[in-house]
Amino acid sequence: MTSIEQPERAEPIVRLEAVEKTYRMGPVTVNALRGISLRIDAGEYVSIMGPSGCGKSTLLNVLGCLDRPSAGKYFLGEDDVSQLEDRDLSTMRGARLGFIFQSYNLIQQLTVVENIEVPLFYQGCGEDEMRERAIELAKLVGLGERIQHKPFELSGGQQQRVAIARALVNDPLVVLADEPTGNLDSVSGVEILRVFDDLHSRGKTVILVTHDESVARRANRAVRLRDGLVDSDVRWPRN
Amino acid sequence: METPRKPWQSKPAPGFHFGRARRIVRLGIKTLWLHRLRSLLTVLGIVFGVCSVIAMLAIGEGASHEAQEQIKNLGSQNIILRSVKPPEQQKVSDQGSQSYVLNYGLTYADVKRIRATITGVQLILPSRIMREFVWNIDRRLDCEIVATVPWYPTLRNHQVIAGRFFTDQEMEAKTSVCVLGAELVPVLFPLGAPLGKHVRVGSSYYQVVGVMAPRAKNPETDANAQRNQTVANTLFIPLETAKTRYGEILRKIRSGSIEQERVELHELTVEVGSADRVMATADAVKALLERHHKKKDYEIVVPLELLRRAERTKQIFNIVLGSIAAISLLVGGIGIMNIMLASVTERTREIGIRRALGAKREDIITQFLVEAVILSAAGGILGVLLGVVIPHFVSHFAGMKTIVTFWSPFLAFTISGAVGVIFGIYPAFRAAAMDPVEALRHE
Repeated sequence: MTSIEQPERAEPIVRLEAVEKTYRMGPVTVNALRGISLRIDAGEYVSIMGPSGCGKSTLLNVLGCLDRPSAGKYFLGEDDVSQLEDRDLSTMRGARLGFIFQSYNLIQQLTVVENIEVPLFYQGCGEDEMRERAIELAKLVGLGERIQHKPFELSGGQQQRVAIARALVNDPLVVLADEPTGNLDSVSGVEILRVFDDLHSRGKTVILVTHDESVARRANRAVRLRDGLVDSDVRWPRN
Repeated sequence: METPRKPWQSKPAPGFHFGRARRIVRLGIKTLWLHRLRSLLTVLGIVFGVCSVIAMLAIGEGASHEAQEQIKNLGSQNIILRSVKPPEQQKVSDQGSQSYVLNYGLTYADVKRIRATITGVQLILPSRIMREFVWNIDRRLDCEIVATVPWYPTLRNHQVIAGRFFTDQEMEAKTSVCVLGAELVPVLFPLGAPLGKHVRVGSSYYQVVGVMAPRAKNPETDANAQRNQTVANTLFIPLETAKTRYGEILRKIRSGSIEQERVELHELTVEVGSADRVMATADAVKALLERHHKKKDYEIVVPLELLRRAERTKQIFNIVLGSIAAISLLVGGIGIMNIMLASVTERTREIGIRRALGAKREDIITQFLVEAVILSAAGGILGVLLGVVIPHFVSHFAGMKTIVTFWSPFLAFTISGAVGVIFGIYPAFRAAAMDPVEALRHE
């Protein structure tokens, strides 16, 4: 499948420079991120770990262009996206990012193929092109037979495959996964992780947030956070 | 200087596209269909609103049509005077004095006086009205014999559909000619071709020279209806002929008594030169008659006044139904807003997902606005259907004439669409204003 292949790149895909994020919760100011610098190259499979409250979710929101950092710079591809307008952030998400959530987050009233089409729709893709691409992706994740099913007619594992297809349909620079196996039984969990392995082997850049060590071990790099800072950043060769 | 396109904006911004629009609309319908009952209940306000808009227009249109029809029958520049049996004398005749001759009504002197003293009067049409049986060999019909003058058709705007009306010469010569009302033909001449034939009226024969156009019965202005008689069959003869044939005393033979009355003229139609002087002239005529008639033995009908009365009826209907329509559209709109706000809250997560997948604020606004408009437009369609049917029931049961004009459904539909937009905007903006992070976290 050429469609999801990522060209080998030397330049970083994601570059964070001293990113900070502060929230105000009433009178209290929370420093969720306190200066994170991180560089992720094309084709890396990174897991982000850490205890709850360490800033994992905040980091993921910043990486996912859902939230702007309070300070610091975030380069996605060649562009600084840290201070973009809401409108441009939306375009950025639609064009360069693929999201996979713990609870699948499929749109219930849409069929499998329509769910996969959503990112393309917001990019202004033509109907035929969209359908063709969505069917291609559905086949890739092994749901070619079920494209007209509704999400509630599918098992958890199948729903997560639809979500993966949806995350890949726009050929993103980075796939962001937030606890993708958290809601799955171990068998389907392993199946989903195999799909991630497969993506990695095709050269996709994957960032995966988890607190499950066994999940993290499948990546080739683990970033651990503690109190809004990078605690450790370990790489190991692919086995 | 052209700003360089940002590299991620490789695809042109999506403009209006038929496929896109269809997809958005289909999504809206699908989403609303998930909550069929809720959607249906939501649109009821719009349904009734639209329905009353159409019904209002139909009733108003019917009333004004009816009024115009009346005007057409009576002539908008005409004043109609009728002889009425004065009430005091009615009592006397009821006591059964046989030799007594009732003497009342409009007279030839009145005609002269009006012609001489009131300016702006163009034509006066006197007529006598009698009841007789009209015979064609053995076919008989109880008819109203209208003895009048040759300019009757022009003045009363009543067309001759076959043959001609009688002429001045025929009237001068007191010829026995007659013109049939259209209703008489099928009864008296079932084989058609009445022209040139003779009919017997009372004891004399008249040659048929023409047939008048059929005329809609008019309960409000029809003299027959006011006299509680149901006959609308009329036969026209020259006034001079009638004078010689009938004299001025009419005998009505009732069970046991003979009632005699002397009425010179039963009806006078006065044509005024211009429409804006009709009311003033009517007042002048009234004043003149009051001076010369000791008893109130006449009545004045001004068709223009009937028109005004009809316009007032129309106005009242418009106000009543218009406010019903406005209130139900308002309530319907609030209902839509309410349900859309609920829907936005309910689908916070969906909004978050869509935003994460690249939807811009305006995409979210479009989605929810389209849903609101689909709701109200669906209500509009239902309302139009009901609104087209209901006026039929109104005409049937209330006896009111209704006309559904072809444009009123479009108007009503447009209004309902506008209600959808107006009341959909706020929920749509609420949806779009949500923070994607918060929305995704929403359970």
